[in-house]
Amino acid sequence: MKLGFYPGCSLEGSSREYAESIRAIAPFIGLELEEVENWNCCGSSSAHAMDHTLSLALPARVLAQAEKQGLHDVVVPCAACYNRLASTQHELNEDRKTKEAVVSAIKMPYAGTTVVQNILDVLEQSLTPQVTANFPATFPYKIVCYYGCLLVRPPKILKSVRYEDPQQMDNLMRQIGATPLNWGMKTECCGAGLTMTRTDIVANLCGTILEDAAERGAEAIIVACPMCHSNLDMRRKDTERITGKKFTIPVLYITQAIGLALGLSPKQLGLQRHFVNVALQGKMKFQKNVPVGATAAGA
Amino acid sequence: MSRIGVFICHCGENIGATVNCEKVAKTIAAMPGVALSVDYKYMCSDPGQNLIRQAIKEKNLTGVVVAACSPRMHEPTFRRACADSGLNPYLCEMANLREHCSWVHAKSGATTDKAVDLVSMLVEKVKRNKPLHPIKVPVTKTALVIGGGIAGIQASLDIANAGQKVVLVEREPSIGGHMSQLSETFPTLDCSQCILTPRMVEVAQHPNITLYTYSEIESVSGFIGNFTVRIRKKARSIDEKLCTGCGNCVTACPIKKISSEFNAGLEMRSAIYVPFPQAVPNKPVIDRTRCSYFKSGKCKFCETKCPAKAIRFDQQDEIVEIQVGAIVTATGFNVAETSFFPEYGYGKYKDVITGLQFERLLSASGPTLGEVKRPSDGKVPEKVVFIACAGSRDPAKGIEYCSKICCMYTAKHAMLYKHKVHNGEAYVFYMDIRAAGKGYDEFVRRAIEDDHVQYIRGRVSRVYERNGKLIVKGADTLLGAQQVEIEADLVVLATAGISNNGAEELAQKLHVSYDSHKFFSEAHPKLRPVETNSAGIFLAGACQAPKDIPESVSQASAAASKVIGLFSQNEMTREPVIAVVNRTVSPVFSTCMGCFMCQGACPYNAIEREEIKTRDGTLIKTVAKVNPGLCQGCGTCVAFCRSKSIDLQGYSNEQVYAELMELLS
Amino acid sequence: MSVSIGLDTDSIAGWMEQTSGILVQRCYQCGKCSAGCPAANEMDFTPSVLLHLLQTQRNAADKKVLSSYTIWLCLSCQTCVTRCPMEVDLPKVMDLLRAEALKRRTVHPRAKEIIAFHTSFLNTIKRFGRLWEVGLVGEYKLRTRHWLQDVLLSPSMFLKGKLSLLPHRIKGKDEVKSIFIQVRSEKENAP
Repeated sequence: MKLGFYPGCSLEGSSREYAESIRAIAPFIGLELEEVENWNCCGSSSAHAMDHTLSLALPARVLAQAEKQGLHDVVVPCAACYNRLASTQHELNEDRKTKEAVVSAIKMPYAGTTVVQNILDVLEQSLTPQVTANFPATFPYKIVCYYGCLLVRPPKILKSVRYEDPQQMDNLMRQIGATPLNWGMKTECCGAGLTMTRTDIVANLCGTILEDAAERGAEAIIVACPMCHSNLDMRRKDTERITGKKFTIPVLYITQAIGLALGLSPKQLGLQRHFVNVALQGKMKFQKNVPVGATAAGA
Repeated sequence: MSRIGVFICHCGENIGATVNCEKVAKTIAAMPGVALSVDYKYMCSDPGQNLIRQAIKEKNLTGVVVAACSPRMHEPTFRRACADSGLNPYLCEMANLREHCSWVHAKSGATTDKAVDLVSMLVEKVKRNKPLHPIKVPVTKTALVIGGGIAGIQASLDIANAGQKVVLVEREPSIGGHMSQLSETFPTLDCSQCILTPRMVEVAQHPNITLYTYSEIESVSGFIGNFTVRIRKKARSIDEKLCTGCGNCVTACPIKKISSEFNAGLEMRSAIYVPFPQAVPNKPVIDRTRCSYFKSGKCKFCETKCPAKAIRFDQQDEIVEIQVGAIVTATGFNVAETSFFPEYGYGKYKDVITGLQFERLLSASGPTLGEVKRPSDGKVPEKVVFIACAGSRDPAKGIEYCSKICCMYTAKHAMLYKHKVHNGEAYVFYMDIRAAGKGYDEFVRRAIEDDHVQYIRGRVSRVYERNGKLIVKGADTLLGAQQVEIEADLVVLATAGISNNGAEELAQKLHVSYDSHKFFSEAHPKLRPVETNSAGIFLAGACQAPKDIPESVSQASAAASKVIGLFSQNEMTREPVIAVVNRTVSPVFSTCMGCFMCQGACPYNAIEREEIKTRDGTLIKTVAKVNPGLCQGCGTCVAFCRSKSIDLQGYSNEQVYAELMELLS
Repeated sequence: MSVSIGLDTDSIAGWMEQTSGILVQRCYQCGKCSAGCPAANEMDFTPSVLLHLLQTQRNAADKKVLSSYTIWLCLSCQTCVTRCPMEVDLPKVMDLLRAEALKRRTVHPRAKEIIAFHTSFLNTIKRFGRLWEVGLVGEYKLRTRHWLQDVLLSPSMFLKGKLSLLPHRIKGKDEVKSIFIQVRSEKENAP
């Protein structure tokens, strides 16, 4: 499956391991990724917090760029970027005046025809049972899937199904041998963009999430959003300091979990970049540096 | 020689302020064939009507046009005035200068010109009107009541006690409806079954009532006074005459894991079952979709245990055809399930239940014999949270209306919980408290003041499960929308009242209007609450909209009174605005060619075939014939007829063309 | 002391209806948004209360809204609009209020850091077309004087390869800059 690929700023910087894991697993699950050329930042929360038109113009440029490149389907692994691109596309479709204003700002033709997909949509399509049956390993842990906010809300725009209790990630994890547990914080906010300015709020929200996960006996939290990962992983010490509780549960991107089930090494998946030690080796055997491009047996 | 009398009404300011009525009257007076053209302030008043009566006599009028409001308002008034003076009422027509002119335009010369157009068109039509006479149809004095809940029961008893015959059809194995599922009723806390079952028994034993349970309406045809109804008596698989209701079969049945409808899914029943102990009739039914014998040919255990040899596996559905004169729909409502609420768990939490399920827990004949025990582990809950408006008043969920009864039953539930669990805590999250009935507000105050139910004003954003408790996250808007969190043992959702299963299909069978929520539509929301737009079909109870028991009973009695009124005559009259196929002398007999396109086009199946024969019985030709009892005067056949052999009395081709030609000239 | 009531013709509610079609009158104050808001406990006015202030259509209430901390604390998590029975687009209302608060220069004093963060973030995009995290942190510290903020985090991030010292300049960075110029006025509203 050939797809356009919009990494967004986090995947280039503070969430590098997410991009690494995606690139590592792509050949094994039949994904051919073509990066959007010259892509700019989507504006994330800061743009729409300060200026509505700017918050539409920046994503619109990305979409216009994808169109220019002839990329019909684009996968957007960052949940915030995904939400911005999809919401922008929706709003420009609904409001002609706004569309005109935005198109005049970006000075590029814009048709609004790109199909914006999040990582879970793409994984759902490419991780068929036939594909996972040929995985050399599995991910045999009890986990909880944390979707956060922007992958599923607002449901009317993102067309999300079962948005209060989504199952996409859970199903994918089950397919690679994990046991997804029922828990109470699936779509509760981690504190998002207040990570620097009100770290205490992030700490309290993340504390609640981590506590629930730990209480249910989860061995790892699986995420599909770099902001959530950052708040749950990078901010762990702050969370412990502010809540006065200790949490050791590691946080993995779903693509990293899949990579482990593919027998890729932790280094290939960027696990060493995490702040919270991913000590899952107990039940797994890692192969040493499977070369990129090699296919899983029979895949 | 036409002598038409024209009366232009000012209708107070309604027409007079926008249309120059004097000018209209003057202009029309100049039309050929108009003998009199006047304007007057209020034509519908007594003096106004007298104007017409006098004019008919004095000016020897051959027709009358009253230019006023909509004919739906006063056509009968003016027609009666004409009839009083000896003029056939169908020679009187109304031009609508109000809804079609003054109410939709601004005051101007063009508006008055339009009024002149409207009146002149009617004058030309009336010149060609023919006298018509009402049609008489016989009335079958049997009523059909569909639905055996409290509304259906009340309507049946009222009609039967008035000496008329009733056929009551109920699709469940027993009558009783939702009221039989209730524990106690507000505001008196009467035991629901105690006040209901005497009526159920009365229905079963009443000589004027024929009760068909486990039966559904197969088809309905006909018209007011003359409906033909086919009822499907579903096979119970029991010979009711032999069955003694001993219950051995139910005990013997090995299939015991079917979710019980009567207990709202909180308990299991067997494949052969009686829905509840006080069922009327107290005879079991085999659920053929779950019975081993019907699925795989094995078992038949019940048959071996039946002392009366009453089990009949080979019983078939039976179709019964009856003639009735009126139909009362009393098919009730349903409540939304917990799976309807994403933020409350999509129905996956066992201890998040609906108000109806809580009712079953409270009920002495329920799954917990009246003790409040939570479904997941049978423990007695110490903290119960009641969430009002769950789904109702919620356009985002597609239910923008208020379900009316939930504020009251939530107060009742909280009170009964406190009565049974003295040290328990009951919280009610509400938006408003709608307690408008007699004794209702006092009832809610009782819950708050006597039973110390804690009312919190605000909605609940989310409920999720943790460590066997349900975490309820709500807000107290009276404290600045402060977040409140309650760790509850049980959460009861007062879910929205919705239309019953199969309501749409039944409405279509009956040709009764229904709204976007599949509640049946009343003919007029203010003045005709128990009639439908289909003559002879009446509404009773919650099938029209969610309502409580006193209202359902009132509406049922109201519907019954309509039926009794209808049955008080042996004949009823119908408007003669019907289609007629032309007939003439031999050898033509009729210009109808017998193509019967009209028959296919008629939405009311009112066109039949008529054989024209010689005196010795030889067939000459077969032509179309309109059944004057069924025809609704829609005119579709007239449009279809290629040879113009069928015409509509009161709106003939000639009359309509005359109107058009007058407008275009 | 009682408040004198009237309906001000230049109220925010009216302006919101005209420009974005959002009808604050739809809200019937059920409180579900406040109940589910992750940041509500830190806000000076919880979301439903904020909306009620707008519903009063009084200039004094509007002022309170624009100078509230609430609008800056909003996480845009979309929980409110997802659960609102009247489908009031509260996240959009918050966006509009923030922009208006900046325009009228009536921001809550506690919002200084949050605005500084957003401004610094956007400034790196304006210059380079993409986020330059080091630049963001640097400008943020300059604006807020929180010199020691996350000072222990940065070395770890750098060692883990998550922080690039130099910005990535995209080829279209001038186009991005011109978007900023066209869309926004260049007056920075950072306090």
